[in-house]
Amino acid sequence: MKRYLIQRFAYALITLFIIVTATFLLMQLLPGTPYSNAEKLTESQRAILDAKYGLDKPVAIQYITYIGNLVQGDLGYSFQYQGRTVMSMIGDRIGPSALIGLQGLVFGTIIGLVLGIISALRHNTAVDYVSVTIAVLGMSIPSFVFAALLQYYIGVKLGWLPVALWENYQSTILPSLALSVTVIATVARFIRSEMLEVLGQDYVTTARAKGLNESGVIWKHVIRNALIPVVTMLGPLAVSIMTGTLVIEKIFGVPGLGEQFTLSILVLDYSVIMGITLLYSALFIFVVFFVDVLYGLLDPRIDLKGGSKA
Amino acid sequence: MDNHILEVSNLHVSFKTRNGEVPAVRGVNFSLKKGETLAIVGESGSGKSVTAKSIMQLLPKQNTMVPEGEIRYEGKDLLKFSKKEIQNVRGSDISMVFQDPMTSLNPTMKIGKQIMEGLSRHMKLTKKQARKRAKEMLELVGIPNAEARLDAYPHQFSGGMRQRVVIAIALACNPKVLIADEPTTALDVTIQAQILRLMRGLQEKMDTAIILITHDLGVVANMADRVAVMYAGEVVEQGTLDEIFYSPQHPYTLGLLRSMPNLDAPRTEPLIPIPGSPPDPAMLGMGCPFAARCPYTMKVCHDYHPDYTAVSGTQAVRCWLQDERTPEDHVPEVIRQGRQKSEIAADQAAIDAAGGVPV
Repeated sequence: MKRYLIQRFAYALITLFIIVTATFLLMQLLPGTPYSNAEKLTESQRAILDAKYGLDKPVAIQYITYIGNLVQGDLGYSFQYQGRTVMSMIGDRIGPSALIGLQGLVFGTIIGLVLGIISALRHNTAVDYVSVTIAVLGMSIPSFVFAALLQYYIGVKLGWLPVALWENYQSTILPSLALSVTVIATVARFIRSEMLEVLGQDYVTTARAKGLNESGVIWKHVIRNALIPVVTMLGPLAVSIMTGTLVIEKIFGVPGLGEQFTLSILVLDYSVIMGITLLYSALFIFVVFFVDVLYGLLDPRIDLKGGSKA
Repeated sequence: MDNHILEVSNLHVSFKTRNGEVPAVRGVNFSLKKGETLAIVGESGSGKSVTAKSIMQLLPKQNTMVPEGEIRYEGKDLLKFSKKEIQNVRGSDISMVFQDPMTSLNPTMKIGKQIMEGLSRHMKLTKKQARKRAKEMLELVGIPNAEARLDAYPHQFSGGMRQRVVIAIALACNPKVLIADEPTTALDVTIQAQILRLMRGLQEKMDTAIILITHDLGVVANMADRVAVMYAGEVVEQGTLDEIFYSPQHPYTLGLLRSMPNLDAPRTEPLIPIPGSPPDPAMLGMGCPFAARCPYTMKVCHDYHPDYTAVSGTQAVRCWLQDERTPEDHVPEVIRQGRQKSEIAADQAAIDAAGGVPV
């Protein structure tokens, strides 16, 4: 287990390094400068600014400097906001994003599981058809469409919740709901098909033949085995939530990381783009890793000691 | 009146499909005495597994129907039991061993827990008692180092060992009837013999009656006291092991035995297969279901369904050849000979019963 963890950690570092390098080089290809009204600057003014931010140095030097700082945990200063470090900006912005992201993920997973499990247990009934329809709609319609629908019906028509305002807890509900739609649909569809498969397994018949009552069979033998593959879905779902926040935060006016990220790309705030990309990548790598470990804990057939897999 | 523990009479089971109702079991009768082994043989699709599963009511409710019949366990009709009542019977009075040990154990639950589940459900044992009993069961079925193995998962066992665990689960609550649905089909031949020996040994120890479902006549010869031969959802012939093997009365039984290799026969002698294939259960007509493949068909066979004819006190056959109106010269030699053998055996049995003194 220990060896496995160390190995995975090393892989994670390598992955991050590649992502940093790729992002750094790709940003160099973007046209324009990080300065607002760059066209009004004179040659000498530009030279002074470039020298101040180190942009006059060759790309290779800039890169080495960045990596050097990064290793020490320094993400640099923002180009856009005078005197603010990228760290402090992420710190300010991560709260709202994490809140709506987690709420969306947790709510979506729970509702998805409930919907999918009921649908599998009532296979080929009206309940099943309704939930499958919901799942297909949720998968195929993008979350920003739902965001707009939620704003219109719940925000404008019914006036229950704010349309696009970041004030109190109520403000988090609509963005979280919009984010959860994809999660609900994916989880429901997945657990449903897993449940149906497990229900047809011989060991479920064995469990019934022992005289267990139906709920005992479902809880102890069916759901646990059906849940294991669903855990693998958590990785891709977390990613879909992260990318979802980019758009959803913009729509609902949430002062989160996603909103900052799109803004920074527009004005070429190099260090902030790098910092947030790095954060998203690290989060994603962590989620994938977490899912792997969880999988090993849930399924005894998977051995994390690096030994043979039976 | 008798010591029959399980009596199945006129059992019909059919499946609802898109193309209407398909009968899988059509009027099956058999009974099981305490401690005996009844083998149900037949080819795939003959309804043997469906019969077994309908005793335990393990068939999917949505598409299964039991329009007629009775399954009497200790005199009570299981088909009239409530869901709760049948759950109380399952695993404690009647249990079941399944065909494929690789899939019939839950892969994410420890072996010990899988055995203990039934124990705490039926015998109301505490966790500690149940664990002790589970350990005893593992020892009983010949798993070494039982205490440690309780905490192992199924994937850490071989196929033969898993089938031993499945048997341990089935026998944990001392059931009176054990239904074994092709318990050795998925195992290597050497392991098959071990498992059969184990089942026989446990049967003697625990006085369990066994319904053995198989298509392997070798297994039948090894295990059974009595045999029921199924074809197209009916029992076409039943009798004692000797009757079925040495004086078969139904052309289908005869065909089954002839298609089995015999070590004593010269190797050059070809096996005689039964021509054709089993009928589609949805397309069964009025006559005998075997008529299309039977070498001795008569006109009546295609139009009328034969009834049971008792050949001896223990052997009964569903075949028009047994009807007294059938001309004697139409009945094939083998079947006539067999009938005589049965009569002699019946006489012998009567003599034995009378105290062994020849009359």
